Amino acid sequence: MNQQRRDALRISTVLGLAVAAGLMTSQQAQAASPWNSAAFDAKDLNGALKALGGPNAAISKDLIINAPDIAENGAVVQVSITTSLPNVQQLAILVEKNPNTLAADFRIPAGTEPAVTTRIKMAQTSHIYALAKVDDKWLIASKEIKVTLGGCGG
Amino acid sequence: MGDPMRVRALERGGETEIKVLMRHDMETGLRKDAAGKLIPAHFIQYFAVRHKDHEVINAQFGPSISKNPFVGFKFKGGTKGDKITVTWTDNLGDSRTDEVEITSAT
Repeated sequence: MNQQRRDALRISTVLGLAVAAGLMTSQQAQAASPWNSAAFDAKDLNGALKALGGPNAAISKDLIINAPDIAENGAVVQVSITTSLPNVQQLAILVEKNPNTLAADFRIPAGTEPAVTTRIKMAQTSHIYALAKVDDKWLIASKEIKVTLGGCGG
Repeated sequence: MGDPMRVRALERGGETEIKVLMRHDMETGLRKDAAGKLIPAHFIQYFAVRHKDHEVINAQFGPSISKNPFVGFKFKGGTKGDKITVTWTDNLGDSRTDEVEITSAT
């Protein structure tokens, strides 16, 4: 019995070390904050908003999404989000009907324009959402993009 | 060690425009190969750009970002010859850092 307990202890120690080692390697690149797996793994809009911290985001006309109305190829859809509001801290792009709703979460330091452009995948026609954290308040805007050919299939 | 990025940093009227094109498959983990087996997820999770020692953007990506991700943005300041450092890290721990100098439009 004593031997069993020793084994159990030894195994848990090794596991603990492995986890610690794993954390070490991923931490060197993370710098600021760890990857927000709760938000990125969310399967729907509400889940992602909750995990990001903005479930009560207010709809805003000052948050502008620049994207095509119709995307022929869902694998590459160029999206810009921009706002004229000052003190923007964070900008995120979400795709409602993608298997993983959250596409990107940008931190905007002072001095950087609150405008980012990136390219996203869209599985099917869906609303996309721009989420912004401005002066510690959350704002949201949406736009529907029709997708002719989905971008997540095999 | 990932493939090199294409980075452009252009100063114009007191602002520096950054355009980055990364080379990465951005596998979602949901696609299947020809034999019907799932291709494991492999995508960039962290992305950051520094101007000298100051971070000008920091982002986290999910697998919904396109293959060979593109990011464009602008920040105030930056002069010709300043160093811009771009880094990404993917979910398997691979990472890539590239450096360019700001060029001027004038």
